[in-house]
Amino acid sequence: MSFVNSGFTGRRGQRDERLPPGQTLVEDWPVLSAGPTPQVSTADWTFTITTEDGAEHRWSWDDLTGLGIEDVTTDIHCVTHWSKLAMPWRGVPLDAFFADVDTSADYVMAHCHGGYTTNVPLEDLLDGRAWVAVEAEGEPLTPEHGGPARLLVPHLYFWKSAKWLRGLQLMPDNDPGFWEQHGYHLRGDPWQEERYW
Amino acid sequence: MTPRRAAWHRATVVSVTAETATARRIELEVPTWPGNEAGSHVDIRLTAPDGYQATRSYSVASSGPGTRLVLAVDEVVDGEVSPFLVRVLAVGDSVEVHGPLGRFFVWTPSADPDPAPVQLVAGGSGVVPLYAMAAAHERSDDGSEFRLLYSVRTPDDVFFRRELAALRRTRVDLVHTRSAPEGDRRPPRRLVREELDRLTLGPALAPRIFVCGSTPFVETVSRWLLEAGHAPAAVRTERFGGSG
Repeated sequence: MSFVNSGFTGRRGQRDERLPPGQTLVEDWPVLSAGPTPQVSTADWTFTITTEDGAEHRWSWDDLTGLGIEDVTTDIHCVTHWSKLAMPWRGVPLDAFFADVDTSADYVMAHCHGGYTTNVPLEDLLDGRAWVAVEAEGEPLTPEHGGPARLLVPHLYFWKSAKWLRGLQLMPDNDPGFWEQHGYHLRGDPWQEERYW
Repeated sequence: MTPRRAAWHRATVVSVTAETATARRIELEVPTWPGNEAGSHVDIRLTAPDGYQATRSYSVASSGPGTRLVLAVDEVVDGEVSPFLVRVLAVGDSVEVHGPLGRFFVWTPSADPDPAPVQLVAGGSGVVPLYAMAAAHERSDDGSEFRLLYSVRTPDDVFFRRELAALRRTRVDLVHTRSAPEGDRRPPRRLVREELDRLTLGPALAPRIFVCGSTPFVETVSRWLLEAGHAPAAVRTERFGGSG
């Protein structure tokens, strides 16, 4: 650091070791989206994993709930500098969906209603580190927060936790998704401050 | 225009002026600034004497290749960074600036001889990046039709009042939600759907639409725009958060 802003003290007492660098704790839950909020009903909802060979695995809403929804308490970190700590979620681990998917691809493109996409390495979605989330803070996910179902990848910046999830496309290369094409980092690790490229 | 890579820059405050009772216009000189497109934003990082740092994002009201950056910062009650920027920061002070950021919620002049019209819809301080677009359009040869619908609480809360009044190539419609100027026939109230339909370019004209404001404002306006028949891909949104 090359200089200080004399007269700036900041909010003390809120610095928490669970906060990655450059992040500020919030109590509310800000909303960020690039376009209008899609309205998707659970009756129409499907989730499809498509392999690099084009094989499709598809789940309905009932299929999803049948896989077993688990409680998840996790911190989330948005690239716009806010974090929420110990947030209660419910969702189905991605491992459950990938159990019968045969792939040798290393990367995934998440596709969403409304056209949003984001790329994630497959290993970031497995081993109990990512979910298809359907509830947060004790309530079904509202449309503005990505309901009925969004990706939850809490160890990466929150734009990777794509709202209005409809499918995952396995891909051999780490092609950039929507925000990644607009200057955001390909991986987005908050502890490395991988915000922009 | 090739994308300008985001980086940290040291900025020096060259002027501060009251924008409204709660907001301040801050002009920065950034010698290493690569320029920015209209609608982009920056992160501002403050460092306390003991090394504590806090960072927030702000839209940029200026655009183009120059090294001057104009911000208009509204003070968030109980905020951490905005009260310092609005009340304490002084001419000659330095701040760290990261940017330019955002390559989606931006407008650039079109080389198309018959470009699509552009509709801007602002709620409160959400006007900042939209003003940047209208100002950039004003300076360009781009012939697209521009309109701005600006929802604001009271006449005293209008950002860029003089600059908006001077725009010759953007039609500006103001709607007041709490109190209206004397002689305004519209009673102060929230924007209603019929007004949005009447005061914005219709879907038949296939405008590109930029909406910026609080989350409830953006949610409501973008839903009404879709219901009016605009294509989802034509509507770009940005919201300002409340973390101050």
